[in-house]
Amino acid sequence: MSYTKRIDGRKFDEPRKMEAKIGVIPRADGSAMFKIGDTIAIAAVYGPRELHPKFLQNPEKGILRCNYDMASFSVPERKKPGPNRRSTEISMVTEKALLPVLDLNQFPNAVVDVFVEIVQANAGTRCAGITAASMALAHAGVPMRNLISAVSVGKVGDKIVIDLDKNEEDYEDGATDIPVAMTGNHEITLLQLDGEVTKDELLKALELAKKGCSEIDKFQRKALKEFYKGVKDE
Amino acid sequence: MNNDYIRSLLEKGKRIDGRKLDEFRKIIIETNISKNAAGSARCKIGSTEVIVGVKFDMGEPYPDRTIIVTAELIPVASPDFELGPPGSKATELARIVDRGIRESKCIDFKKLCIKEGEKIWMVFIDIYPLNDDGNLVDASVLASLKALSEAKFPKIVDGRIDHENKTNNGLKLNKFPITTTMYKINGNILVDVNNKEEQVVDARLSVSIADGNIHALQKGGNASLSVEEITKMIDIAIKKEKELASFLK
Repeated sequence: MSYTKRIDGRKFDEPRKMEAKIGVIPRADGSAMFKIGDTIAIAAVYGPRELHPKFLQNPEKGILRCNYDMASFSVPERKKPGPNRRSTEISMVTEKALLPVLDLNQFPNAVVDVFVEIVQANAGTRCAGITAASMALAHAGVPMRNLISAVSVGKVGDKIVIDLDKNEEDYEDGATDIPVAMTGNHEITLLQLDGEVTKDELLKALELAKKGCSEIDKFQRKALKEFYKGVKDE
Repeated sequence: MNNDYIRSLLEKGKRIDGRKLDEFRKIIIETNISKNAAGSARCKIGSTEVIVGVKFDMGEPYPDRTIIVTAELIPVASPDFELGPPGSKATELARIVDRGIRESKCIDFKKLCIKEGEKIWMVFIDIYPLNDDGNLVDASVLASLKALSEAKFPKIVDGRIDHENKTNNGLKLNKFPITTTMYKINGNILVDVNNKEEQVVDARLSVSIADGNIHALQKGGNASLSVEEITKMIDIAIKKEKELASFLK
């Protein structure tokens, strides 16, 4: 059976509607909200600050620490509060997705903490979290060589699509989900896959991810510029 | 320095942000902030922000198990919050919210019955502060009451819960057990302290009131309170009940 029309009516290369807001957590050093479709991620950055316990400190440069968490009510069936295997892994890949663009050389012995909270989930939460975290890091003024944008691509039925929603992830004839994060120069910093695709399909999906991430990158830059424009006018 | 400034201003009856001692910051309440929850709400008091989601699950009747309140002080909200299991601050916050709701009987517990003696709805109230600028307790109570009053039961299909489809039936709260926390700093009594003021609080009292009746009290902080101070605090709480309840209507 061919997947001829997307369940929510989008084009195959069309991400869901996005919203971004900078500075949503006043107490944090940097923060951002990113919404894509019905998925809402909030990211808060604290630091660079002193790292405890001391044996974790690196005298050469600062370290990045990421934590991904979902609110218990963000998913249809209540998620037990606290970390689990899934969130522990996502925290780790989030860190690896962001680290390549950060320059923490000026901050020996310090830590930059990134906390991602998923407030509402409808697929693509790790990518939304990374996209929000990248904006929050920029807002915190952490030196960055580039922004990171993330989106999931994949195969639903027989079609390569961008930004799968929950219905597509659960598509009865099978779906393959490929979360991707990349720098503004299309250097890939996150790549995961579960499902089944051919090499050609994967390459096609990555092309789609490039296109989607460029769109998200523009969106992130616009949100950041708008935020600082507001500051100037005040 | 800052702490001394807060205290010296209070001697002149003034607060660092210019408010009166018994004046709340601006309160904003929004609902339906998370679609997968049975009910959800956001409460902002000044820049303090708390979100609450309500979820239902099926369980067996058991005394005390019908409502389960949890607060997670996620490190998003403050540089002082750390990862890890709920500590004493989070647990106290959840228990203050729990007691006000439970003891005021604002929920009609009969409505939680699915099959008498066999199946009931368990109500999970999960509290997440997103920005801690002081007075999390009062904000958490307001958000919890709003989320509860918005909550709709999920459908039951072949004895199982279909969390993706809600019914039109919900919990109508028959009253609002409003909690106001009074804070004592240098003998002055304040409401709705911000984060800076919270640092110098000597003692506090959270008072949960519904229709003029007191349903829960929690004294906190290191200093003591006199009966006169407590009387004054209760009088403020009785006044604030109506003011704060108006945000839930």
